[in-house]
Amino acid sequence: MAGNSIAVRPFVEQFAALKAGLPGTGVPWLGDLREAAIERFGDLGVPTPRLEAWKYTRLRPLEKTAYRAVGEADAAADAGRLPSVLGAAAGHRLVFVNGRLRPDLSTPGALPDGARIESLRDALASDPGALEAQLGRIGVLDGQPMLALNTAMMDDGYVLRVGPGVALPAPVEIVFLGGTADEPVACHTRNLILLDEGSRATVVEHHLGAGKGAYFANGATEISVAGAAHLTHHKVQAEGSGALHLATVHAEVGADATYEGFCFATGARLSRYEVGVRLVGSGANCSLTGAYMMRGDQHCDNTTVVEHTVPDTSCREVFKGVLDGKARGVFQGRIVVREDAQRTDGNQTCKTLLLSDRAEIDAKPELEIYADDVKCSHGATVGAIDEDALFYLRSRGIPEAAARGLLVRSFLAETLHDVKPEPLAEALEEMIAAWLSQAANGEQHE
Amino acid sequence: MTRKPQKTKPTKVKMSKKALLEIKALHVTVDGKEILKGMDLVLNRGEVHAIMGPNGSGKSTLAYAMAGRGGYEVTKGRILYGGRNLLRMEPEERAAEGLFLAFQYPVEIPGVANTTFLKEAFNAIRKHRGEGELDAMQFLKLVRQKTKELGISDDMLRRPVNVGFSGGEKKRNEVLQMAVLNPDLAVLDETDSGLDIDALKVVAEGVNALRSPERAMLVITHYQRLLDYIVPDRVHVLAGGRIARSGGKELARELEEKGYAEFAEAAA
Ligand SMILES: Nc1ncnc2c1ncn2[C@@H]1O[C@H](COP(=O)(O)OP(=O)(O)OP(=O)(O)O)[C@@H](O)[C@H]1O
Ligand SMILES: [Mg+2]
Repeated sequence: MAGNSIAVRPFVEQFAALKAGLPGTGVPWLGDLREAAIERFGDLGVPTPRLEAWKYTRLRPLEKTAYRAVGEADAAADAGRLPSVLGAAAGHRLVFVNGRLRPDLSTPGALPDGARIESLRDALASDPGALEAQLGRIGVLDGQPMLALNTAMMDDGYVLRVGPGVALPAPVEIVFLGGTADEPVACHTRNLILLDEGSRATVVEHHLGAGKGAYFANGATEISVAGAAHLTHHKVQAEGSGALHLATVHAEVGADATYEGFCFATGARLSRYEVGVRLVGSGANCSLTGAYMMRGDQHCDNTTVVEHTVPDTSCREVFKGVLDGKARGVFQGRIVVREDAQRTDGNQTCKTLLLSDRAEIDAKPELEIYADDVKCSHGATVGAIDEDALFYLRSRGIPEAAARGLLVRSFLAETLHDVKPEPLAEALEEMIAAWLSQAANGEQHE
Repeated sequence: MTRKPQKTKPTKVKMSKKALLEIKALHVTVDGKEILKGMDLVLNRGEVHAIMGPNGSGKSTLAYAMAGRGGYEVTKGRILYGGRNLLRMEPEERAAEGLFLAFQYPVEIPGVANTTFLKEAFNAIRKHRGEGELDAMQFLKLVRQKTKELGISDDMLRRPVNVGFSGGEKKRNEVLQMAVLNPDLAVLDETDSGLDIDALKVVAEGVNALRSPERAMLVITHYQRLLDYIVPDRVHVLAGGRIARSGGKELARELEEKGYAEFAEAAA
């Protein structure tokens, strides 16, 4: 075992103590799934930098902090006034507090016939059999200890199912609020998005945290985009400054289907967005876009694995990071092209803007190509603010802070210009402006 | 990261009311090398002065020192602008107070649309002066009028600042910025270089349109031709780190004939 076995123990003990109360108890296949997963987690251990996939990210908070499992009281916490990144444009809104659905804060609205959205708890209570073939199918546990832990402990989450040919007219907004408990808690949220043939949906996740305290959000999402379906999956990660945020996303994309994943991150002390996409139908297409702004001693890891398994699939990845203070960014991008996957079009860029000379980025692209007729490219750049451009702007009367802001925004622009719906794009602009104004005021600069 | 803007108190100096710019015994060092070695110049409101001089004599160095570029260290002497100590101001404050430098080599800024840039600059300066900002529509109207006068395409407005612009387009873009920002003191650093004859006329017209009894201009050039269109009140030769000779507009013609041989000694 390359993992850390000491950090494993508390979770294994928690599982033993809590398993009788986890949702879906008494459902045999689910019990088996959980047992197998905790065993796998125990075998793999908590990842350490000795594992190639975790080379640049050490889960120190798991070594130092004892996180207890969330309970009823945590879920019932006062959520205060929750912001919305979609406003009135959100047709359907679910709010989770410390990992559990809060019906009193949610407005699921009416979905078209053939589509439904509900919490994992509700889905397991009403018709667990419907999930048997799906849960744990796409998110395979090989080399995935944190996903294994999530599978064992999954407590709640959202389940979105869209039937054949159904298009959701309005986006779905999911809010995850953490950090309201008075001691460190762990939330293992499990989501499922299942789009049938020819359906369409837009899901916007907003992860945010109250206060500065430590908490652990260990989320996992399994996604199936069937033939000719289209999923737009946006994520805004603005967790509290003491958060450990891990998000494992596994998507399977069918013939002529599209998965568009986008993540904008400014939050958490340590975060990892790990996306695995398998393009399994000819003509399948995906785009993965990431933008992040980090400062202080934040650590932000974006790890992607895109697997082309059949002919004529394509994927475009663009990740851009702005790092200030002592912040650290990690980008690991693996592209796997299987023997049969002729005419694969894969393209990956990772660009980083360092605003401080103590900030750091580790970028590791990996191409694994077994087919001979493919078009794959990758590129990584790292740079500082262009002093000549800065002076040029200032020489025209633009104050230094505004000039820097303009240059940072222009750097990120490429990742943002395709973001729809419009209210989300505006919300992101505001978040960027807020981040920049903190920089101008010298906050969090040590 | 951000420097505190320094409050500039009006400096009490006796000077002619008309002087907009007074450069006194200015020494400027770049990368440890002294380029300007005691330069003097007085520019009155309503006047246009030309600065000529051999390559590497420090003309751009003077322009950058005036605009406040980092790395251009003033070790001695001073620059008064409207009676105030220019050197104590941040670059953006100098611009907001009416100083404009048309760069010899305009800078490319990918990702920032030319209009966005112009609007940010325009509104920043208005804000500094306590005037209201223009909204997108009002601003576009103003810019359209200027682009029409200067023969600049809408396409150039939409594109990122100077990115992929030809040499001449970059120079025209400098003149557009000048026309929009409406400075009191414009310093043009070889704005004529790289322009075709028609563009030269357009640029000269743009410059002449700004001439007024309140404003002044410093035109750095190698060529007499520009000065046929923008007729200067004085011509100075910068050599050896200081003004080696000054004269009327006829001096430009004389230099064009004789070259800078007589200043070689000063430069050495
Ligand atoms: N960053 C720098 N490091 C070292 N030397 C520099 C630097 N910038 C300028 N110089 C030197 O300063 C001197 C003056 O340069 P400057 O650009 O002011 O000349 P100029 O009169 O504008 O010339 P030109 O007519 O070619 O535009 C030159 O010798 C140049 O090489
Ligand atoms: Mg020059």
